[in-house]
Amino acid sequence: MGLFQYSYMQHALIGALVIGLAAPALGIYLVQRRLALIGDGVGHVALTGVGAGLLLNRSPVLVAVLVATAGAIAIEVVRARGRTSGDLALALLFYGGIAGGVLLVGLSDATSANLNAYLFGSLITTSRADVITIAVLGAAILVTMIALRPALFAVSHDEEYARVSGLPVRTLNLLIAVSTAVTVTIAMRAVGVLLISALMVVPVATAQQITRGFRSTMTAAMALGLFAAGSGIWVAATADTAPGASVVLVAIASFLVVAVAGGVWRKLRQRSTPVAASTAEPHEVVLGRS
Amino acid sequence: MSTPVIAVEHGVVGYDGRPVLRDVSLTVTAGEVVAILGANGSGKSTLIRAVLGLVPLSAGSVTLFDRPLRRFRQWARIGYVPQRLGAGGGVPATVREVVASGRLARRGVLRPPGRADRAAVDAALLAVGLADRAGDPVATLSGGQQQRTLIARALAGQPELLVLDEPTAGVDAASQEAFASALRDFVADGGTVLLVAHELGPLRPVISRAVVVHEGRIAHDGAVPDPAGHHAEPDHDHVHPHCYDEPAGLWSN
Repeated sequence: MGLFQYSYMQHALIGALVIGLAAPALGIYLVQRRLALIGDGVGHVALTGVGAGLLLNRSPVLVAVLVATAGAIAIEVVRARGRTSGDLALALLFYGGIAGGVLLVGLSDATSANLNAYLFGSLITTSRADVITIAVLGAAILVTMIALRPALFAVSHDEEYARVSGLPVRTLNLLIAVSTAVTVTIAMRAVGVLLISALMVVPVATAQQITRGFRSTMTAAMALGLFAAGSGIWVAATADTAPGASVVLVAIASFLVVAVAGGVWRKLRQRSTPVAASTAEPHEVVLGRS
Repeated sequence: MSTPVIAVEHGVVGYDGRPVLRDVSLTVTAGEVVAILGANGSGKSTLIRAVLGLVPLSAGSVTLFDRPLRRFRQWARIGYVPQRLGAGGGVPATVREVVASGRLARRGVLRPPGRADRAAVDAALLAVGLADRAGDPVATLSGGQQQRTLIARALAGQPELLVLDEPTAGVDAASQEAFASALRDFVADGGTVLLVAHELGPLRPVISRAVVVHEGRIAHDGAVPDPAGHHAEPDHDHVHPHCYDEPAGLWSN
């Protein structure tokens, strides 16, 4: 643990913990509306922002926030239209985003190491100012996702019902889109553009195997995200592995452990109460079938 | 005469240029229980979706509680029950969590739930007979129980008007009875109901008026049609299928 006396490791740890907590809090809404891969898409678009930032000698993260937000809003608009071409439009945006990023980084003076830092994360080079940005924006995302849970749950669960309830559906959808862009860009420093979706989605996927409600899933996913971030950074520090990849692999390992343990537990429970399981549901009688 | 709760005047709806509703006019007044009947594809679901503003009218107008739909904001007065709960992305939600969504129209986005909200959710769960399943994930419920969850969600908002899209389609007998009794209580308290149905079943005694939609027009508006007499007509329209697996187009043309 001696490594954590260095300030860069402390920065890395704080940044990762904030993202580990905030990413699943947002991700649960994305998973519920079947947009689990949207983080990936926005990440590709954010890369163009990074390239533009490097080329213009501006803060790459700041430019990436702006470009990713624009991209996320564009994706949301396409999704809301609900046309079949939406799928293709998203693909165009994703590939355009990553190609634009690679092109712009190439035009700038940056080296391929710079590009790698954004593709796969580079917590070690995270400065104090970066950590403050991550903490403030992460906290904002976290508070919004928790405070607006009833409304965001309603919109993600049943959008038409939310509309008939008079909820500002379009605003809430845009809020989720913008939050996705912000989360992706701050997480970019920690796990990298290519691995962000994992922190949004994997803890949720792990939690929902054992939880019964939305609220409990959200809480468990945040705890799992925090655990994956903390232990991933610890693994990276002690075994000298890539931090982003370590965090994501810990998250996926947790998923596998819970999946196997959950399966075994269900099997054991079934064996101990074989009758109760089969009589729990009332028999369906469909009227009108003659 | 009591005030109209819903007024549709010369409503026209088309999907991709194909007309689904042609010149439909319908008025529902406070305290009425109106059933919209019709074959699959007749436009009956489209009619209530147009009333709620979920599909746009290409001509005509909808008025809710004396206010044009475009300027209508008092959504807490309406409880909507969709045909079924979407599968979603598989994140679990308890029955209580789904029903609690029904309070949002009243409470708004920013205010956290209070005691009145919890009491209304409890009452709604009780009304549909699901109080003992409140903590269970909705995905583990039978189709009929899921339908009752959606009705409880609408009731939790304490609306004046219930709009239901095929609330009894493919629902087990126990749930149909529970639903009919919840509806009777709602009407007894002065509520207004507009529902789309394939067949009325145990709801028949509760219905005060029936509207039959046929090929996008209103073919009948008045007493609940007698099934036997209706079938005897030369150009009869099957308002209920003999078998759920039957292709609709076979009989409805």
